[in-house]
Amino acid sequence: MTANEGWMIAGMMAVTFGVRYFLFAMADRIRMAPWIEASLKFIPPAVLTAITLPAVLLPKGDWQVSFANAYLVSAIAATAAGILTRNLLATIALGLAVFFAYRLFF
Amino acid sequence: MNRSEYAKRKEFLSGARDTFPLLLGALPFGLIYGAVAASSGLSMTAAVAMSALVFAGSAQFIAVGLVCAQTPVAIIVLTTFIVNLRHMLYSATLLPYLKNLPQIWRIPLAFWLTDETFAVTVHRFQKNDSSAVKHWYQLGSSIAMYLNWQFWCFLGLVLGNRIPDAQGWGLDVAMPVTFIGMIIPFVKTIPVMVCVLTAGAASLLTLAMPYKLGIVVSAFAGIAAGLMAQRLRKAGKEGLRR
Repeated sequence: MTANEGWMIAGMMAVTFGVRYFLFAMADRIRMAPWIEASLKFIPPAVLTAITLPAVLLPKGDWQVSFANAYLVSAIAATAAGILTRNLLATIALGLAVFFAYRLFF
Repeated sequence: MNRSEYAKRKEFLSGARDTFPLLLGALPFGLIYGAVAASSGLSMTAAVAMSALVFAGSAQFIAVGLVCAQTPVAIIVLTTFIVNLRHMLYSATLLPYLKNLPQIWRIPLAFWLTDETFAVTVHRFQKNDSSAVKHWYQLGSSIAMYLNWQFWCFLGLVLGNRIPDAQGWGLDVAMPVTFIGMIIPFVKTIPVMVCVLTAGAASLLTLAMPYKLGIVVSAFAGIAAGLMAQRLRKAGKEGLRR
């Protein structure tokens, strides 16, 4: 490992842990306003959606809104499976299976 | 084994068990990280150290890409910071549940905080039951994610040079598919639906923002929309009552 790599990893570790720990560290001193507390439940779906949608519609960085886009097709399959089965494993397994089947056959 | 030991063990094991589907989702992601890292010019030790010490899938991916493009270290660290900013939102959500734990618990739980562990654990914390050791559930989920990630990254690194064109296989589809599975259980009310639709639309409108900043901006847009929808709904209901 070169010195440059060492600095990079140390830096990445510091900022990543810092971001994750900052609020935990001061947990006793933080008092949340009621409206902030009410907004907490929107955080997980909001963040996860903001990561997922671009990954599906622009899988390689360019817009691909068509059925030729295997990422989009498997995302639709996973969404349907998730809503119907309410089972995480089934959702992921079906999404992956559709992706590879679609790539193989089309 | 006394009763409290039993309760802790039970929480730990159910945390690990409920995370299992997400381990499957992280598998291909870890493999390609390893494979990409192997071909990026990063040394084996550095690639392993990054998984072990940083432990942040998407940031690791982006960092390896930037190493390939010979980006300065400061820019890589800054990008990591911005890509991981969302974790601060996660820790804010968990705060009410963890604030009474000693630091010796908060430090490892913070180090191991990932999208996956967060998504699984938050459901456990929100469940209305009297368990006082729900943090053991998070620990179980954390350790399962951590060991799983180390293993597949390492395998990807070892196999990396032997798999031709590992990136072309489309294994990265595991990420959106896993995340879709994580999003669905949260979407139970109209305000959350409004929040998801807004965050999604915003994520497509903010694509031009550098360093994936659009993710955090879109998240805030979604949260604001959800809050507003909730207030409107409440006001509407009260109006009806009158």
